[in-house]
Amino acid sequence: MSEAKTAETVLDVRNLQTVFFTNSGLFRAVDDVSFSVRRGETLAIVGESGCGKSVSALSIVRLVPDPPGRIVGGSVTLEGTDLLKLDDAAMRAVRGNRISMIFQEPMTSLNPVMRIGDQIVEAVRLHQKVSSKEAWKQAVDMLRLVRIPEPERRAQEYPHQLSGGMRQRAMIAMALACRPALLIADEPTTALDVTIQAQILALIVDLQQRLGTGLILITHDLGVVAQTAQRVIVMYAGKKVEEATVESLFETPLHPYTRGLMASMPAVIALGAKSDARLAEIPGMVPSLTNLPPGCAFAPRCKLAVDRCRQEYPPLDEVKPNHWAACWRAGEMAEAS
Amino acid sequence: MTEHRPLLEVTDLVKHYAVRGGVLRRQVGTVHAVDGVSFSLGAGETLGLVGESGCGKSTVARTVLRLVEPTSGAIKLDGEDIAPLSKTALRPYRRSMQIVFQDPFASLNPRMTAGDIVGEPLSVHGIATGAKKQERVAELFQQVGLRPDQMKNFPHQFSGGQRQRICIARALSLGPRLIVCDEPVSALDVSIQAQVINLLIDLQRKQNFSYLFIAHDLAVVAHISHRVAVMYLGRIVEIADKHELFANPRHPYTQALLASVPIADPKARRIAPLIDGDVPSPINPPPGCAFHTRCRYAMDRCKTERPALQAAGTAHQVACWLNDGTGQAASYSTFVPA
Ligand SMILES: Nc1ncnc2c1ncn2[C@@H]1O[C@H](COP(=O)(O)OP(=O)(O)OP(=O)(O)O)[C@@H](O)[C@H]1O
Ligand SMILES: Nc1ncnc2c1ncn2[C@@H]1O[C@H](COP(=O)(O)OP(=O)(O)OP(=O)(O)O)[C@@H](O)[C@H]1O
Ligand code: SF4
Ligand code: SF4
Ligand SMILES: [Mg+2]
Ligand SMILES: [Mg+2]
Repeated sequence: MSEAKTAETVLDVRNLQTVFFTNSGLFRAVDDVSFSVRRGETLAIVGESGCGKSVSALSIVRLVPDPPGRIVGGSVTLEGTDLLKLDDAAMRAVRGNRISMIFQEPMTSLNPVMRIGDQIVEAVRLHQKVSSKEAWKQAVDMLRLVRIPEPERRAQEYPHQLSGGMRQRAMIAMALACRPALLIADEPTTALDVTIQAQILALIVDLQQRLGTGLILITHDLGVVAQTAQRVIVMYAGKKVEEATVESLFETPLHPYTRGLMASMPAVIALGAKSDARLAEIPGMVPSLTNLPPGCAFAPRCKLAVDRCRQEYPPLDEVKPNHWAACWRAGEMAEAS
Repeated sequence: MTEHRPLLEVTDLVKHYAVRGGVLRRQVGTVHAVDGVSFSLGAGETLGLVGESGCGKSTVARTVLRLVEPTSGAIKLDGEDIAPLSKTALRPYRRSMQIVFQDPFASLNPRMTAGDIVGEPLSVHGIATGAKKQERVAELFQQVGLRPDQMKNFPHQFSGGQRQRICIARALSLGPRLIVCDEPVSALDVSIQAQVINLLIDLQRKQNFSYLFIAHDLAVVAHISHRVAVMYLGRIVEIADKHELFANPRHPYTQALLASVPIADPKARRIAPLIDGDVPSPINPPPGCAFHTRCRYAMDRCKTERPALQAAGTAHQVACWLNDGTGQAASYSTFVPA
C-alpha cells in the first residue's frame, strides 16, 4: 500500500465510515472503505444499487446530508490535506475548485435560469483572477474542448435549450474549467444512449489524461469499467470486497460476487451461444443494510459459502500482488485459476 | 417461420403527433414518431427492437397493442387486421396481447395486494372469480418464481425484481400469445436482470408465446432475441437474424451502435465514438436517408432520396444506398475500431 502514497497520489481515503440514522435504525452505508487515486488515473467504483457508491463520493466532498447521515470515521486526504478536518468555509473552497463532480442528471448541477457560458465563467473565476471578458473567452474555449458545436452561440443559451448529451458535455466543461485535481463522475452516462455514452466517455478520459486530473468513475456497468479504468474497487453492502487493476479483475476476479456479476451479464460478443441460453444468476437479492447477516454479507447468495463465512467477516487480503479480496475462499480461487 | 402465417404482421405503420403552439394552439409541426414500419413476428419468436432514445420503439409497441391509435398502417394479429377495429370489436384480441413496462413500481397500484393485481384481468374479462381465481393466481405466482403466500403483500413489500415478476404474472394471467416488453429489465440491477431475463426465456419455452422486446441495452437484446430490428428516427433501418446482425451489420448506423457498446474486456479497448452529434429532431426529420447528417459515408443521393428496406443476404434487410439489394454490401473495413 505504501506505493499508493507516493507524491503522485491526489486523493487518499482511509477507513472511511459513513452512517445513516433512520427510523429503521442505524446503518453503515460506507463501512471502513479505503482507496487512493493518482494523478491522471481512473479509479472505477462498481457495485449494485444501494451498495454505497454515491455515499462514498458524497463523503469525499462532505455533501452527505446531515441528518440523517454522518461521517463517523476515517480520513480523506486531498493533496496532503485531510478534508474531514477542514471547516465549512475551507471545504467550500475545495469543492468546485480542487474537486469537481459530474452527476448522472446534469440538470441537478446546472442552473436552469443562468446561461451556460455564465455558469462556466463562475467556475473559471473560482481559481483564476481574470477579467470577465477573458473568463467568457475561456468558457467558450471549454465548450469547444468538449466538442459542443457552435460554442459561441451555445454559451449564450440556457440549459433547457440543449439536448441531453450536450448538457452532459456542458457539465463536463464546467467541472473541468477550474482545472480540479480530482474529478468525481457519478454514473455520468447512465441516462444516455450508448452512442452518446461512447462520445462522453471518450471525452472525459481524453481530457482527464491531458489535464492530469485524477478521476473516480462510479458506475454499475462493467463494460464502462473495462473501457476506461486503470483500477477498480467492487463494493457490496457498504464494504469494499475487491480491489485490483482492471486487467487483473477481469482476468481473475477473486470475489464470488464479482464473479457472479461478470457471469450474469449478457455480452454482445458472446454470439456463439445459443440464442435462448440461460444467463448465470446470482440468486436472491441485495440484503438490506439495516439487517445485514453476521459474517460475510454475501453469504446468503454465495455458492461457495461455508460455515465460517456465516460467522466471521473475511478480512480484505492481498490475495495476489496488487489484488485484494475480502473472501475466506479467495486464496483457493486464486490457486485454482 | 416463413412457411406459416406469422402471429403478428405489421405493415407500413405510421404514428404522427401534432405539435401545437401559440395562443391558438394551432398545429405548427408534426412529430414523425413512427414513419412506415413493417415487420412480422412468428409464434414462439422474439423480435428485439433497438435504437436511440426517441426513435419510436415505445410508440411501435403501444400502437401494435392499440394503446395508441395508429395514424395509418395495418396490424394483423393471426391474419386479422386489428388497426381499424372499434374498441368493442377489439376486446377479444386484447386478451392475447399484453405488455410489461420498464418501471415495475409505477405500473403497480400501491393500494392493491399483489394477488389482486395479478388476478384483476381475470375478473375484468370475466374469466375466473372467487376460489377459482385465487387458485389461478397462486399458479401464476409459482410460474414467475414468487411464493403464493406473498399474494397478500403490497407492492412496496417487494424488491424491484420481484415487482417485475408481479407485472409478468399479470401479463400472463389471460394466456396471451404476444407479450410486448418495453424495457422490462432496464430499471433492475445486473444480478436481478439475469433472473428476469431467464424467467422470460423459460416461460417462452414452455408456453410458446412471442415477444416484441425493447431494451436500450444491446447485450440484453442480443441475448434474448431471435431477430433484431434497428430503428432510427421512426423507421427500421436494418432487420436480421440476430447472429447475422451482430456478426455482419450492414447499416452504418447499426455498425456505429454496436461499436459504441462498451465491451467488458479491458484488452478490447476501443473508445472511439463512431458517430458524432445527436439524433436530429423527429419534428422535421432530415430528407432522404434520415441518418445522412451523421453518416460518414453519406453521398449526394443520400440527402434527397430515401433508401427502402431491401434484402441483403439471407434473412437480412437493410435500408442504405451502399447496398444494392443483391446482398453485396460495400466494404466497411474502415469501420474496424482502432
Ligand atoms: N439521504 C439518505 N437517507 C437515508 N439513507 C440514504 C440516504 N442516501 C443514501 N442512503 C442509503 O445509503 C445506502 C447507499 O446509498 P448510495 O446512494 O451510496 O448507493 P449507490 O451505490 O450509489 O446506489 P445506486 O447505484 O442506486 O446509485 C443505500 O442503502 C441508501 O438507501
Ligand atoms: N404523446 C406524444 N405526443 C407527442 N410526441 C410524442 C408522444 N409520444 C411520443 N412522442 C414522440 O415520439 C418520438 C418517439 O417516442 P418513443 O417514446 O416511441 O421513443 P422510444 O424509442 O421509446 O424512446 P426511449 O428509448 O427514450 O423510450 C419521440 O420524439 C417522442 O418525443
Ligand atoms: S467469504 Fe464465504 S460467503 Fe463470502 S464471498 Fe467468500 S466464500 Fe462467499
Ligand atoms: S443511405 Fe447514405 S446516408 Fe444513409 S446510411 Fe447509407 S450511406 Fe449513410
Ligand atoms: Mg448512486
Ligand atoms: Mg421507450
